[in-house]
Amino acid sequence: MASANQTIDVAYVANLARLELNAAACAQFQRQIATIVEYVRQIGELNLDGIEPTSHGQPVYNVYREDVERPSLPHDPVLANAPTRLDDEFKVPRIVE
Amino acid sequence: MVPEINKLTVRQAVDGIRAGAFSSVELTRAVLAATAKHAALNAYIWLDAADALHQAGAADAARQAGQAGALLGVPLAIKDVLNVAGQPCTCGSKILKGYTSLYDATAIARLRAAGAIFVGRTNMDEFAMGSTTENSAYGPTRNPAAPDHVAGGSSGGSAAAVAGGLALAALGSDTGGSVRQPASFCGCVGLKPSYGRVSRYGLVSYASSLDQIGPLARTVSDAALLLGVMAGRDAMDATTLDKSVPDFAAALQGDLRGMRLGMPREYFVDGMNPEVAAAVKAAIARCQELGAEIVEVSLPHTKYAVATYYILAAAEASANLARFDGVRYGFRAAAGDSPIEMYKKTRAEGFGSEVQRRIILGTYVLSSGYYDAYYLRAQKVRTLIRRDFDAAFTQCDALLTPVTPAPAYRLGETMDDPLHMYLGDIFTVTANLAGICGLSVPCGRTRVGLPVGLQVLGPAFGEEKIIRVGAAFERSGGAVP
Amino acid sequence: MNYVPSIGLEVHVQLRTRTKMFCGCSTAYGASPNTQVCPVCLGYPGAMPVMNAEAIHQTVVSGLMLGCEIGTFSKFDRKSYFYPDMPKNYQITQYDKPLCLGGGVAIVVNGAARTIRLTRIHLEEDVGKSTHHAACSGVDFNRAGVPLMEIVTEPDLASADEAMAFLLALKQTLLYAGVSDCNLEEGNLRCDVNVSVRPAGQEKLGTKVEIKNMNTFKGVHAALLYEIDRQSALLAGGGRVVQQTRRWEPDSGETFPMRSKEDAHDYRYFPEPDLLPVVLDRAQIEAWRAGLPERPADRRTRLVQSYGIPVYDAGVLTADRAVADFFETAATRCGNGKAVSNWIMTDVLRLLGERNCTLAQCALTPETLADLIALVDRRTINLPTAKGLLPELFETGGNPALLVTARGLGQMGDADEISRLVDQTLEANPRIVQDFLGGKQAAAQALVGQVMKLSRGKADPQLASKLVAEKLAARKG
Repeated sequence: MASANQTIDVAYVANLARLELNAAACAQFQRQIATIVEYVRQIGELNLDGIEPTSHGQPVYNVYREDVERPSLPHDPVLANAPTRLDDEFKVPRIVE
Repeated sequence: MVPEINKLTVRQAVDGIRAGAFSSVELTRAVLAATAKHAALNAYIWLDAADALHQAGAADAARQAGQAGALLGVPLAIKDVLNVAGQPCTCGSKILKGYTSLYDATAIARLRAAGAIFVGRTNMDEFAMGSTTENSAYGPTRNPAAPDHVAGGSSGGSAAAVAGGLALAALGSDTGGSVRQPASFCGCVGLKPSYGRVSRYGLVSYASSLDQIGPLARTVSDAALLLGVMAGRDAMDATTLDKSVPDFAAALQGDLRGMRLGMPREYFVDGMNPEVAAAVKAAIARCQELGAEIVEVSLPHTKYAVATYYILAAAEASANLARFDGVRYGFRAAAGDSPIEMYKKTRAEGFGSEVQRRIILGTYVLSSGYYDAYYLRAQKVRTLIRRDFDAAFTQCDALLTPVTPAPAYRLGETMDDPLHMYLGDIFTVTANLAGICGLSVPCGRTRVGLPVGLQVLGPAFGEEKIIRVGAAFERSGGAVP
Repeated sequence: MNYVPSIGLEVHVQLRTRTKMFCGCSTAYGASPNTQVCPVCLGYPGAMPVMNAEAIHQTVVSGLMLGCEIGTFSKFDRKSYFYPDMPKNYQITQYDKPLCLGGGVAIVVNGAARTIRLTRIHLEEDVGKSTHHAACSGVDFNRAGVPLMEIVTEPDLASADEAMAFLLALKQTLLYAGVSDCNLEEGNLRCDVNVSVRPAGQEKLGTKVEIKNMNTFKGVHAALLYEIDRQSALLAGGGRVVQQTRRWEPDSGETFPMRSKEDAHDYRYFPEPDLLPVVLDRAQIEAWRAGLPERPADRRTRLVQSYGIPVYDAGVLTADRAVADFFETAATRCGNGKAVSNWIMTDVLRLLGERNCTLAQCALTPETLADLIALVDRRTINLPTAKGLLPELFETGGNPALLVTARGLGQMGDADEISRLVDQTLEANPRIVQDFLGGKQAAAQALVGQVMKLSRGKADPQLASKLVAEKLAARKG
């Protein structure tokens, strides 16, 4: 676990985000994003003791749906949208567990 | 055929069709002709003339059968970020190539039920990330007022279409100013509703706690009309509020006498483009002449808004855009021997660089060891920014501010300096952080003819107030010469 | 050296809702691939989740049954990791504000009673299912979005047997709560196992290994035995246990490290902005508590007191809520709890076992069984006749009283009539009578059997016995 004083490690983060970066892109992003990180770090100067975080657009609660069935999508268009399919399933490279 | 019917307002068009002055097919043909003539603006990413005319024919038939929807036969342009069943929805990205929407966004379904027709899909910054519509896989959109300038963004295609007569009105999405800013750059009206006013179901998410769908139109009245059709609780979007939708048409009639309008000190700062500052101040003076009382207010945490916005928006985006992986829809890179390889190549080839930058930034601020320092802090600053507005709205009914510190950029001007571009959002991101509503109304032009917008900010679910101010200003002659 | 295991479980339970956690797609098992999917559960661009109220209710009910504290403020979070069976590449789950905290499950192993502490219960969405082929995998998203309750224990379990006992007790409670079908074949109950060992006497827990995705209780048991041995042997040989995620291979009976989990530890949790927090007020929670079904242990005690049956019987009957329900309905109807208990334990459970079916699947209703027992109690038919009818009632159902009338199975209860049969029998079997008179007591039973036979099974056996005994006594003089 790194301390917040260190700057971003773009190669590590890009792997988490599943983005393949070549060396040039990695270096460019490292420079650009480090500048942005430097800028956004200014919120560190505020005293935020006792301030509640806001995680939603409006402060409301308890919005549910009833347990009632709705029609699913028709099968064919769903699979037609897939880049590749395997009969009725979505095809992906072999998963190794 | 009536000349230039593509430049009518929505209300004029509805009246014209109802009165039989022209048909929806004729109106749609005029719009299609304008899009062909102004193809160089690159306002639309996708357009199917035959389908548009088919929809228009159906609208004419419905009218003859005695139906009268509020928007019956009106051709609208839709930002490429909203799902319209049967149409593509690329979000300006290569990664959604080949995807066909299988459902209507709720806002689209409501407009469709009111009789609107959907001509085509407008250009945008990829996944709504940008302020210029240059970050599009389909090339930049040009500003109809000055073609060597950007249309603004991210809803640049919609703003250019409305300002250039390529649609009667359009929909955009506004996460940090993406409706209001291009409206001000192109010289049309843009309205960002309060968070929770319009359903986001079917709007491809950028930052879920900030996104709202908003109309772009030629008049405040048209924007209010579209908002009225789209607004209200939706069972498919838990974040829509169960509030009754007021009669926005009534708000259009009000004048400014008895209203208190605030000028936030922090929104009139050194370094602003002087022509923009002058146009906005003249507009405020006009409002005073119209009977409003102008008071100075303070929003002390404004300087932290851009930093807060970019942390929160990038974080939410990093999760929202994780679903674009080449499995269920859209683009998949050719190679990739394992799912991880496939993801990495697909996403690296499918996303443009601004999107990749924001995904990396957002992943970083949420990653182990950094959450408290960035994301949690930003959520707390968001609380402070929200409180600033709560306090300001105890002193006034609405706020008057510039939309942007400067008019439209030249094409290419901000491309190599993301931070510079981000700072241009300073006056618009605050409304999204606070969940309040905002309106951009044309209020003048610079010497070289670039439009300038006046921003009217109202409290959450106070759309009648900003519509009342905007309409009164517009009625008094609109843009200050 | 002796090594002591510490085991914690994360049990994933599919709830019994009609529709998925965040959309209206059906949760029915066994549909053809990708037919129970919609924009929401496929992670389509623009689709949004909305909470299923019933899933919240069922989770809270589970928590109340298991003695948890119910969180009055609860929320959902996004847990990010990429995997082909996960449509959005984040899972909507609950990170720091789960619906239920604490609680426990009582178990008895080798006569020793213990309570295994629960850490929490939270609600999340299930993922899709992948099938693996030589060169590729295929994904079916029908299961994606099914509501999944995760029950997390403290590392309180000390053996594979305790883990097994815990899972059985938990399953019983969940079936009682009516919140899950707990059908293991259909994957309703799946389990991640955390296990570490430490030298006896050491306080601090050893390095833990996680075994993912176990879907049978036997598998959990076998995997734990294997893993406890493996770790103990490692330590005994001077090695150390590496913290890792492993997978159980039932065919070879071994665990193996999982490659796919190598870098999946940075989950980037943050509050789900599309879903609003759940705020439960006390009155709501108390209303749900008041409506709770009885817990298995409480029911055991009550059955003993109310129906006068032995503790052992009550234990067998309450093992399965459906059996206990059946018992109570039948016992209340015929008023003879002891007889109903005997019938269920000796005959009904045997038939269920032989036919490999459940009470719900057989034709026997509690009302039918009660009526059959009542016919015996009223001496309308005798016990052997009743037992002879049971297989038919089990297979095809029917009204016992009507069957008895239609087939003339009614018991012969008239003393004169039976007396005549006894006389006939004694006449026809002089050698057996002689045996009896010669001191062979068992000969009397043989004579009663002959009387029954003569009556074609319809004679009241008690009356027949009595009359045989009287008449033999008379001859003995």
